[in-house]
Amino acid sequence: MVHPMKFLSLATCVVVVMWVSVLGVFCVSPAAAWQDRENEQGQRLYESQCGSCHGPQGNGGKGANLAQPTLRRASSDAALFTIIRRGISGTEMPGSPLTPGQVSSIAAYVRTLGRVATENVPGDGTRGEAVYRQLDCARCHTVDGRGGVIGPGLEDIGARRSAAHLREALLAPEVAVPSGFLQVRAVTRDGRMFTGVRVNEDGFSIQFRDLSGQFLSFWKDELDVLDREWQRSPMPSYEGRLTPDQTDDLVAYLVSLKGTS
Amino acid sequence: MKTLLVLLSLVMASPVVAQVPYERILEASSEPGHWLTYSGTYGAQRFSTLDQINRDNVDELRPAWTYQARSLQKFEVSPLVVDGVMYITEAPSDATALDLRTGRPIWQYRRSLPDGIVTCCGQVNRGVALLDDQVFLGTVDAHLVALDARTGRVRWDIEVADYTLGYSVTVAPLALEDKIIVGISGGEYGIRGFLDAYDPVTGDRLWRFWTVPGPGEPGHDTWSGDSWKRGGAPTWVTGAYDPELDLLYWGTGNPGPDFIGEVREGDNLYSEALLALDPDTGQLVWHFQFLPHDIHDYDSTQVPVLLDAELDGEPRQLVLFPNRNGFYYVLDRATGEFLVGKPFAKQTWALGLDAHGRPIENPDTIPSAEGALVYPDDDGAANWYSPTYSPQTDLIYQNVREKGGIYYLADATYEPGEIYMGASRRVVTGEDPGGFLRALEPLTGDLVWELAVHSPPWAGLMSTAGGLVFSGTMEGDFFAADALTGDVLWRFQTGGAVYANPITYLSEGRQFVAIAAGNALVTFALPPE
Repeated sequence: MVHPMKFLSLATCVVVVMWVSVLGVFCVSPAAAWQDRENEQGQRLYESQCGSCHGPQGNGGKGANLAQPTLRRASSDAALFTIIRRGISGTEMPGSPLTPGQVSSIAAYVRTLGRVATENVPGDGTRGEAVYRQLDCARCHTVDGRGGVIGPGLEDIGARRSAAHLREALLAPEVAVPSGFLQVRAVTRDGRMFTGVRVNEDGFSIQFRDLSGQFLSFWKDELDVLDREWQRSPMPSYEGRLTPDQTDDLVAYLVSLKGTS
Repeated sequence: MKTLLVLLSLVMASPVVAQVPYERILEASSEPGHWLTYSGTYGAQRFSTLDQINRDNVDELRPAWTYQARSLQKFEVSPLVVDGVMYITEAPSDATALDLRTGRPIWQYRRSLPDGIVTCCGQVNRGVALLDDQVFLGTVDAHLVALDARTGRVRWDIEVADYTLGYSVTVAPLALEDKIIVGISGGEYGIRGFLDAYDPVTGDRLWRFWTVPGPGEPGHDTWSGDSWKRGGAPTWVTGAYDPELDLLYWGTGNPGPDFIGEVREGDNLYSEALLALDPDTGQLVWHFQFLPHDIHDYDSTQVPVLLDAELDGEPRQLVLFPNRNGFYYVLDRATGEFLVGKPFAKQTWALGLDAHGRPIENPDTIPSAEGALVYPDDDGAANWYSPTYSPQTDLIYQNVREKGGIYYLADATYEPGEIYMGASRRVVTGEDPGGFLRALEPLTGDLVWELAVHSPPWAGLMSTAGGLVFSGTMEGDFFAADALTGDVLWRFQTGGAVYANPITYLSEGRQFVAIAAGNALVTFALPPE
């Protein structure tokens, strides 16, 4: 939102300040106007440069969830600035060719994402952990590296995904299938059928895990049928299978999983 | 939904299967279709009984698939292969699982590294270890990481040492029955070396053997003053294991500072040695120090090759050791007794070895203010890259570097995390350094044949029952030589220097050979029938 006062010249603003002070009405100072421009630039740059991985509101996706008050890898503003400029070695977070001023704008905007986005997570994480065990989520997911391989690892899911996203993933998993977990169904030329989660695919071959976790690799000319089942998920919906309190608790547990530093 | 629930119930019923139990590694030679441990088997002969690719048909060998690493660092990996999957590392400290059929990645572990890591010779990695359902990776920030072999997800991640002091891990760990053995790098940074064993399940450290003894420990008096604190003796190349003697063999590197002896008077145990350790306790059973008080940076960190053979009419349990210092050694691996020591490359630092194998050093080669010429230079006549022994030809093969250097003394003041070496090196004017693939008679070190290569090589070797030895060059050629004669029977220009060891395996019944070259991992096979 562009503040209507931001285009006033300095002189105009001073005059207005004098008048409105008398009238007791608040006025935006030149510094605040500058700050607004900064925020706007930061948002614009964030959306064009960062949003495709971190999400439009910073809620995460391929990249980390930035809509939280503290960022695991960027505890200070200087660290955040350095990460945006240089990227994170060994990850897909790239460095940036932007000017230092532009990087500062993005960093300042990223901090606002955390301030406005403190989520209300009403549940109890300890009870949620019990729900996690009770549902045997570890059949398909890992925490601390232990568990099944069909679903995404959840070690740091609370750092990567918002509570709202996690709630949706529990209730309507087919809407929130993360990239890299496409369900596929293959039938070989000799009539064997396999269903699983895609690991990799190119023009000539596909690799996936069947739902027992077994790794499979096929040349496409060995297959009669290869269906990519977008909008389906091996994970069942827990809509109606959990009470609202249990859902809150489970979400609170998942949000608490921040990974190791 | 019903179908899904049925499928999920199947998931529940499926057992978690250990992929590589210790017994498989122990019997690795009985399943040559896989490559289960760094040197192929615990005995580290790096010989495969596969013979589909052989002298008669190797000229038809052609590329099958290539995997491109993302790093531009040296690609020093020795891959492991098991049950349709190849496990590699990529510099600096990443791991990747590849589908053996297609070469396509199954998972990738990308490590986020802190700033300020120091390594003398590239942020490299030589491979993983496998045990049960886990993959073990050492990292240049001196951690050991256990990954789920199915997904690459982290099971545990522990600090081996403090990287800010110059410690790093580049070695491929060695998996034994119930422990993971990990060595340390950092001999150019004034570290105090050690060899560690970790619990594969918990990551707890089970023992540490300090390769530089502390106060009160045997050998401590071989270090003057407090020089032991910065004594080096790193353990950065994977060792060997004899399950019958239950001894772990591991080479140690240079004492620190590399080139200045005055500040560390004495023999500097256990630098420049072969250690035989009890793997259960980490206790030293015997040691043989190849080079007491080294001042040429000749790390004795080569792969020990175990061989049972008759020597002077007696059956002996031997360890063969072509050393970076230019001498070929044969020791009794039960006792550490010195049996044979003979140069296999040009060397000038020693006037010879005495009856116990202790070198008689040449004083003219000591680094000095005026500069001292020595052969080999500190890259050595051999280095970390692997030799191979073929029981088919009864020859040991070694890639040999022929190159000298002139060493000028320099300051070496210890600062944590900074270079602590004490000399600068100049190349020898007018010298054209070269190299050889040499075949030696294993019990004497006598030269049987040699094959000249253009530049001093950094490639390891592998021999096969197909009568072949595979090697590579700095100019990017990967080639197969006749193991009996040294004739080159096949070669392929990979486009990048070879800093790696070859391996071989079966995929869908066909034999493949794999090598890292440049930034690519290339596999080769004969045309399908």
